[in-house]
Amino acid sequence: MTLLSLRDLSVRLRGRSILTDVTLDVEAGEFIGLIGPNGAGKTTLMRAALGLLPHEGTSSLAVLPPAARGRAAAWMPQARDIAWPVTVETLVALGRTPHVSGWQGMGPQDRAHVDAALETMGLEHLRHRTATRLSGGEQAMALIARALAQQTPLLMADEPIAGLDPANQIATMQVFARLAGEGRAVIASLHDLGLAARHCTRLILLGEGGLAADGPPAEVLTPENLARIFHVSAHYATTPQGPVFQPLEVIR
Amino acid sequence: MRGCVRLSRLIALGLALALAGATVSAGPAPARVVSINLCTDQLAMMLAAPGQLVSVSKLAADPHSSAMAREARAYKANHGRAEEVYLLDPDLVLAGAYTDPATVGILRRVGLRVVQFDTVKSLDDTRALITKMARVLGHEEAGAALIAEFDVRLTRLRAGETTHSAAIYHPNGYSLGNGTLADDILRAAGFSNVARELGLRGGGTVPLERLVMAAPDLLIRGTPLPGASRSEAVMTHPALAALTADTAGLRITSPDWICGTPHVLDAVETLVTARGGLR
Amino acid sequence: MKPLALCLSALATALFLASLSVGPAHIGALDGLSALILGGDGPEPLVMREIRLPRALLGVMIGASLGISGAALQGYLRNPLAEPGLIGVSGSAALGAVLAIHTGLAAVTTLALPVAALAGAGSGVLLILLLAGPRGGSITLILAGIAISALAAALTSLVLNLSPNPYAASEIVFWMMGSLADRSMTHVWLAAPLMLAGGVALLTLGRGLDALTLGEDAAEAMGLRLARLRLTLVLGTAAMVGAAVAVAGAIGFVGLVVPHLLRPLVGARPSRLLWASGLGGAAMVLAADIAVRLVLPERDLKLGVLTAIVGAPLFLHLIYKTRGGQT
Repeated sequence: MTLLSLRDLSVRLRGRSILTDVTLDVEAGEFIGLIGPNGAGKTTLMRAALGLLPHEGTSSLAVLPPAARGRAAAWMPQARDIAWPVTVETLVALGRTPHVSGWQGMGPQDRAHVDAALETMGLEHLRHRTATRLSGGEQAMALIARALAQQTPLLMADEPIAGLDPANQIATMQVFARLAGEGRAVIASLHDLGLAARHCTRLILLGEGGLAADGPPAEVLTPENLARIFHVSAHYATTPQGPVFQPLEVIR
Repeated sequence: MRGCVRLSRLIALGLALALAGATVSAGPAPARVVSINLCTDQLAMMLAAPGQLVSVSKLAADPHSSAMAREARAYKANHGRAEEVYLLDPDLVLAGAYTDPATVGILRRVGLRVVQFDTVKSLDDTRALITKMARVLGHEEAGAALIAEFDVRLTRLRAGETTHSAAIYHPNGYSLGNGTLADDILRAAGFSNVARELGLRGGGTVPLERLVMAAPDLLIRGTPLPGASRSEAVMTHPALAALTADTAGLRITSPDWICGTPHVLDAVETLVTARGGLR
Repeated sequence: MKPLALCLSALATALFLASLSVGPAHIGALDGLSALILGGDGPEPLVMREIRLPRALLGVMIGASLGISGAALQGYLRNPLAEPGLIGVSGSAALGAVLAIHTGLAAVTTLALPVAALAGAGSGVLLILLLAGPRGGSITLILAGIAISALAAALTSLVLNLSPNPYAASEIVFWMMGSLADRSMTHVWLAAPLMLAGGVALLTLGRGLDALTLGEDAAEAMGLRLARLRLTLVLGTAAMVGAAVAVAGAIGFVGLVVPHLLRPLVGARPSRLLWASGLGGAAMVLAADIAVRLVLPERDLKLGVLTAIVGAPLFLHLIYKTRGGQT
């Protein structure tokens, strides 16, 4: 089942072309790592796909009415905004917004989803703590739980694991992989190519103003692509513990 | 500088003596007199010889403030600013006791003779004021005649004690109580002043509630002024309208009430007429 | 949530009754209430129905308006320093009202006054959104607020100084500080429809403001129609603040103090803060209005003086606290 389909998506911001003619489909069951150097347009691609940016071409999400889009895809922006000192539970419950209509409050089913999201991210012990007083990493975990509570077929996250400790980084990648395994799909922009190579089912490499490569990690993280787009060399090996990827040198 | 100080002391002394009914020699009559205060404007217009008064304040020509607005148009209007007064080249400047001290100070510093007139707090004060004005203008006989006329008219108008009460209610709930000219005017016309009975001394605000509770027989309000203001909004308050539905309302032309001139007797006469209409 | 609503309602009701019982005319509380409800002869029913009742009602309405709009503005701008008075919305409303009165428009049709104040308040909100916006930090917000307030105050003073009416110039204080003295039922009916409409509009924003806790991007991706929310916010705030200022002048700091005090009690959720601030604002304005009548009964002490004495130190405290975090 196709959860997102982009056709010739182009974005120009302030007269400068950021992305040109990106075409891709996201199928259920995929965990996609969106990779590329700084400024390649990872955030722009996801925001345009959600219809949050003016763009040319079509995105199957952007054409949905706002409420339907809120039930089709969850979005976790890079800025970890928590404006008010609400509890972690309240914060996560905000993810139920697209599912709660009219004046009615959250039902038992909504609460079950909130509880499940808290459990998935290992945040039950922080449930009643004030979110703004948590550490940066804990806040990131709470915001991921918020996106999970939205219970959408597609989850899009902008650098979700930046600033997390290794255990939480791996745990988060495993949560995303499990979601994909359950028949949903995840798109996450990542800078840690090692984690991307190990956990993602598919990598999309952005560079040179558009889609530079798209496919399984082994096909995308080729020496040529790495040299051309990232200007680095790297070691890539398939081991009994899974694929191992380590960038080595900057190529000038 | 010392001369100026001495002069102002002399004037203060003169004022005290004038109020006590004494006279002080004022030298030769001034030839070019400029008045910069609404009340001195009016007294000067009544007492000055033709050509003696050069200019009166702009307010004197405003029918909402001045009882002699029409007469005032015959004179050049000034705005009470030191520079324009000086350029009029007066040998006497008439000012009020509360005229901006800075203006009075600078006029004296440039060598002009400034005489300040106190505000009146009763009908009797009016006599002293007329006497003083007549003296500084050098027309004592005219002053005496005006006072005689004033006394005759006041005696004719003055009523005995009556049971009628009246209240003055101005924008912002401002009223006049004990020790004011308005209070004296009310009592001369035979009314008891509600504001005075509510304990108001001098001018001040009377809460609408207390006015309504006191339910005066006659409510005296100023005529609406040009342009709009919030301060006047209270004059159209429904509670006030309900009050005047039961009692008599009187829209006064306030110029008669402001200054200690014979025009205060016009105010008394209006009230006496209004009282005649009450039960 | 339920106990808080009960407490705030009880407080507001008690203060409403107290407001009816306080005044320069000595009327016993029970006599006054019976005169209010049953009527009767004598001046008491007149005092109660035409003077004290509108004053108390306006206290409730204006307090609720300032509280709700303060909470809504803070929720949208995601900044605890946003307040209708401080960011120039009240000042712009006062300018609109003063223009309506002094151009004579208000005398032509009664609706002109609240509508002009609404237009003024609306321009104030729009300017703030343009200048500071939800992405702007505290400093931008406060600087924009100072500029808008100063401009509105200057223009208001200009209009009043140019008025041919001698009382007009002295009314600058009223427009800057606000007062409920000697208002009548006319003012209640003038303000009530706008405030009601504005209140209903703002109370529907609860869920959207909650979602904005996560930032505009996340909220929009959750199905929030941001443009519509912004429009509702502008119109609702303008209607409530405009109507309040048109009848009682600009009363500052209510929209700052009340949400600040109640935020911890509602778990910091903007949606709950909306109605709680409505009740709390009503209580605060009623209390302030009772205080001005008790402290200096003979003077028309302006309400804004009292609210500023309470609010300004709190404002400084908030600036001190947010100084480090946001820019």
